[in-house]
This record gives sequence, structure tokens and C-alpha cells, in this order.
Amino acid sequence: MSEQPRIPRPPHPYSGKLIIVEGIDGSGKSTQLLLLHKWLESKGHRVFFTEWNSSELVKDTTKRGKKNKSLTPTTFSLLHATDFASRLYHEILPPLKAGMIVLADRYMYTAFARDVARGVSPEWIRKLYSFAITPDMAFYFKVPIEVAVSRLLGGTRGQFKYYEAGMDMNLSPDVTESFRIFQSNILAQYEKIVDEFQLITIDATKDIESQQNNMRLLVGEALKDYKPRRGTHGRRTVFWRRFEEPKSE
Amino acid sequence: MVDAQYFGDGLKNLNPSDLKGKLIAIEGTDGVGRSTHIEMLQEWLEVQGYGVLTTGWTRSNLMSKTIEMAKEGNILDRWSFSLLYATDFADRLELQIIPALRSGFIVLADRYIYTALARDFVRSGNRQWVRDVFGFALVPDLVCYLRIDIETLVLRVIETKGMNYWESGMDLRLGSDLYDSFKKYQSLLIEEFDKMAEEFHFEVIDARKSPDEIQDALRSKIQPLLTTNLRSPELPSDRHIQPA
Repeated sequence: MSEQPRIPRPPHPYSGKLIIVEGIDGSGKSTQLLLLHKWLESKGHRVFFTEWNSSELVKDTTKRGKKNKSLTPTTFSLLHATDFASRLYHEILPPLKAGMIVLADRYMYTAFARDVARGVSPEWIRKLYSFAITPDMAFYFKVPIEVAVSRLLGGTRGQFKYYEAGMDMNLSPDVTESFRIFQSNILAQYEKIVDEFQLITIDATKDIESQQNNMRLLVGEALKDYKPRRGTHGRRTVFWRRFEEPKSE
Repeated sequence: MVDAQYFGDGLKNLNPSDLKGKLIAIEGTDGVGRSTHIEMLQEWLEVQGYGVLTTGWTRSNLMSKTIEMAKEGNILDRWSFSLLYATDFADRLELQIIPALRSGFIVLADRYIYTALARDFVRSGNRQWVRDVFGFALVPDLVCYLRIDIETLVLRVIETKGMNYWESGMDLRLGSDLYDSFKKYQSLLIEEFDKMAEEFHFEVIDARKSPDEIQDALRSKIQPLLTTNLRSPELPSDRHIQPA
């Protein structure tokens, strides 16, 4: 991979805000995003949520490919890019253009970390996602591999899934060991990405409340100049109390 | 494929020069008779003793149904449109084309990435992104482009199967009805194919001629590839049987 400094991508031109979270499985990023979602809504914001690998277009195909273990690193990567493109077009851009807040659980950085750990070219994957817009805020939940493993095994998740554990790469016949090796490779990729794309690192070993407080502080700061879509007429300080925004369904 | 290479950022785990077979792509717009000619070529090659694999656009196990469903929905954005086809292509490349080339087969591809490049360019006006996406594609040993002019194509399609929504590029709203839209869309595709023919050194074959003449032209382009660096695929009985 070239070590040349990359030209930073320009911010998106839309009036809404895009906030995304990244991290390996078991880092607690989804919990944190859910709590942020609650907080933003309690402040009267209209918030949209979108999740990695959830579009109607390819969800079933990905599921089928995973089930019969026929996905190669390239098709795995392209299917997720298709999912992302479809969600960007249908779920992310419209609310952003309308001036609303969009929260995304995983973004293109997941592909940069995971697909490269699986063996695709780092240059190729970045070009593939060149149509993506730059988020306003990107949080990376940093956690040591052992903490993630014990959270997942101790939780409701049970056994690791085939692709999640990187079993397609023949790293180890033992699924937990394979998960450990594969996710450690992903962590190493994330470390590079944090620098390259200036992600905000959150120490995900801390307790849930203090991580969330930290996050709310940073988001609150970033939204200081954000004008919610409905008319402000110069009275921004009391805006949130003046309007009752409909709750997200 | 002695001097084989990728278009752009290739598959990191595969050196394409290890591939023994030949990759031949047959390109051209809708309705030029590609599949008929590929069938005839396969017959011709197999009679000579060559192993042949044919592979067709959107025919992967993984994606063919997905693409059909997406087309029925008619709501594809430009990116997922190209990415769906790229996924289909990658599935066929890694699970069919490369294994066949490795075993010394001749692979006849009914359409290749140039179709995707032309379609994306007509939709976006930009050439770079889709070329980057398909960077993992192998550069074929030979690309035969069945070229037809728009007036002849229109007549031929009306005479045979008729015009459909996607072949008319109706998602682009180029014309007020199917006929106008088909004509404009296919003209733009032909224009782009013509440009690529120069850039990527296609062998251009006049598809207005009779099927026999076209087939002869195709065979004369393919023949020179057959004499070099190709072995007939081994029969199972030729293999050494390893003790269990």
C-alpha cells in the first residue's frame, strides 16, 4: 500500500449531519449508537438510522452466499458495496439533503478494515467506495481482542458465525481461535484507518455510561452550529423547546 | 495467458500468468447474435479437441436471480446497478473462469466488462469509477466486437424479439417511447463501444453480414491463438492416481 498522504475527501454539501460508528464485533459500538439515538431524539431531533448489510436489494443474496459458503473475498466485498450503495441512495442521502440527522452503524471503513484483512487490495477497496460521502463524525470504538471475545462468548451471541470468524480464510480449524486471529487482523487495519481518515477513537473498555457521556459531549459540540431543518428564525437557542418534533417510528 | 494481466488492482492471491487457457470475449450491443455465434464457436473448438467453457453476463449462481429481481423493481441507482453486475462477474471469474483457465480451457465470454463500462458511462458520463471497480478483471487474450449500426440493429430487433425496457435504457428517459429510447440508448452504447474498440484493441467484426460470414471472421481471429501455449485438457485417466 502506498504511504503517500491522501488528499482528504471534501465534506458533503448537505445540510443534514451524518454520524457513524466503527469497531470490531463486540466493541459495543451498536449499544453506544442506540444510546446516542435516544439522546438526540429526546432533544427533539428527527433521526434516521441505517445499518451495514441491511438493504432489501442484496440482503437475501448475501445470506444465501454465506450459508452455502460460496462467497470469495471479492464477491463478499462487492456485495457489501452494493448494499452500501443502495442504502446511501435510498436511506442516507434523502434525509441528509432534507437537513436531518443520519446515524450509521458501520460505514465504508468496515470494508476497508475487514475486506483488506480478507485479502482484497487496499487501493481497490478505496476506489470502490469513492462515491461515498464523508461523515460529519466518525467514531471508532477501540477494544482489545480478548475483551471483544469474552463479551461475545459471554453474551447472547453464542457460537461465532463462519464469515464473522473468518473461517473462509483457513486461519484455524477452531472457530474461536479463527475469530481471534481474523479480528486481530481487522484491528490492525482499523489502526491504520484511524490515522488515514481521522476517526475519533473512543476507549471501548470503559463503562458504558462514561463512553456515552464522552460521545454526547463531542456530538453536542459538533452540532452547535447545526440548524435543524424546520425554521429557526434566529432563535436557535430555544429552538429545541419551541418545536415538538415527531418521534422516529 | 502468458502475458496475462489485470485491468487495475487485481486479485492479490492470484498470479494470472499461471493460467494456461485462453480467454476470449465476444462483445457487442443487444441483438447482434452473440449467443448464436458462441454456440457455433464452442462446437467448432470442441470438434478440434479443445476444452471450452462458456460464461454469460448475469449468469452467475450467486447473482442471476438477484439481478432479475432488481430489474423488476426498476429502481436501481447508478452505483448499485454497476456493482450488481460487478458481483456477478466476480463470482463467475473466481469460481468458473479462473479455474477453467488454470486447467487449460478456452473460455468464451458472452459479453465482458466492456458492457458494464459502456452502460455505466452512458448513465454517469464518467469513465473512471466503473473501471476502478472492475480492476480485478483479467484482460482477455482476444476481444471480438460484433459491430452493427443503429439503423440495422433497430430493424433486426423489431423483426426478432422486440424491444424491452432495459435494452431501451428506459430508466434514463432518453426518449418519449420505447422506440425512440431504444434508438438513443443503443446509439450511445455503440458510440462508446467504438471508442473502446480503439483503446482496448478489439477485433471489430461487421455484424451486418450473414451469420456464416460472421462466424468465419470470428474463427479466423481465434485461430492464431490456438497454436500457441495451449494443451488439450487431460482426461481423468491421464492423472496419476495417488495412494490413499
